Amino acid sequence: MAKIKLSKKSSRIDMTAMCDMAFLLLSFFIMTATAKVPEALPVETPASTVQTKLPEENLATLTIGKEKVFFGVTGRETRAETLKRMGDKYKIQFSDAEQKKFSLIDGFGVDIRNMKKLIEMPNEQRMKEGVQPGIPFDSINNQLADWVKTAREVAKDMDGKDLDIAIKGDAKEEYPTVKKVLDILQKQSKNNFFLVTGLRSDDF
Amino acid sequence: MAELNTGDGGGKKGGGKVRSKKANPSVDLTAMVDLAFLLITFFILTTTLSKPQSMNLAMPDKQKIEDTPTETPAWRTLTLVLGTGDKLVWYSGRADGPPLDGPVATTYGKTGVRDLILNKKAGVDARNKAEGADLEKSGITVIIKPSKKSNYKNLVDILDEMAITKVKKYAIVDITDADIKFLEDNKIY
Repeated sequence: MAKIKLSKKSSRIDMTAMCDMAFLLLSFFIMTATAKVPEALPVETPASTVQTKLPEENLATLTIGKEKVFFGVTGRETRAETLKRMGDKYKIQFSDAEQKKFSLIDGFGVDIRNMKKLIEMPNEQRMKEGVQPGIPFDSINNQLADWVKTAREVAKDMDGKDLDIAIKGDAKEEYPTVKKVLDILQKQSKNNFFLVTGLRSDDF
Repeated sequence: MAELNTGDGGGKKGGGKVRSKKANPSVDLTAMVDLAFLLITFFILTTTLSKPQSMNLAMPDKQKIEDTPTETPAWRTLTLVLGTGDKLVWYSGRADGPPLDGPVATTYGKTGVRDLILNKKAGVDARNKAEGADLEKSGITVIIKPSKKSNYKNLVDILDEMAITKVKKYAIVDITDADIKFLEDNKIY
């Protein structure tokens, strides 16, 4: 009887091309990824099913948490110019170096009179809890409204576009604080804004 | 696994012919590919998922409200008063005097407020159809009244329900004393 010989095939595949491609993609994603910057006021946003992305440019973010409000705006030139105009309004002179350093800060929450001290601080110290007490936004000393107004004016002058406003509130924040911020925006006829949320399915 | 040193097969055949060693150049790349794909997955997920989602909210213009108050029949409205402890009270119609329906306490989510909104919406649409009204213009109007004891999450949850149930007309309105009384009656204030 003749034996049937099974042909032995090698189970190996050439993986060179696959490996090349994998590393190409990997390097692409590493390069496009941006490092997450630590936030001055960490908040846990509530979840929603709506899936619209936030605009990445021309945006001011109002972060609300623990009855404090922090303010931040995108774009370095916008930031520097906003600080300059706010300084004029409150009769505080900010030097060019201070403006430059300020333009690297993503969000802050101090009285403008303490702004110089904040700018001087090293980054790690600035992010410590309790260092920034929030921007005053009561009716007597409403700096938050001025910040929003100034940033909008700057954005209008620089790009000719109205600044988008995003509200990033903590899920546990009580409504009165949110209401105050909404009122500030409404008072400036800024009636359309974004609420920053997390993502969830609609089966909750 | 690596097969770099297996190339000396058939080296001593026959006479004194010296054959140069044929090195097998294939390296096993499985582990490397595995690792590369793992890292790719990680970077894809972290770059796309970390972008924050957002929800658009339009508030009415303050000056315009005073100029032209819009009128809506009471049966077409649904008021949601947000209370404490992730609970809310709903009613139809006006708060001064007995409302058309309610006030009843309910919860957030699929089984609570969403079913209610969908039922009410269907009811309003049915009546509109019977009366021959324009369905686009005269749909249900949901009035959201967050109380001082409610939190931001409650507000976003309700706005999210508006998006899920496709209610076109809704507004965030200041709470009144009558609404607070409804909350107190249901012990969620």
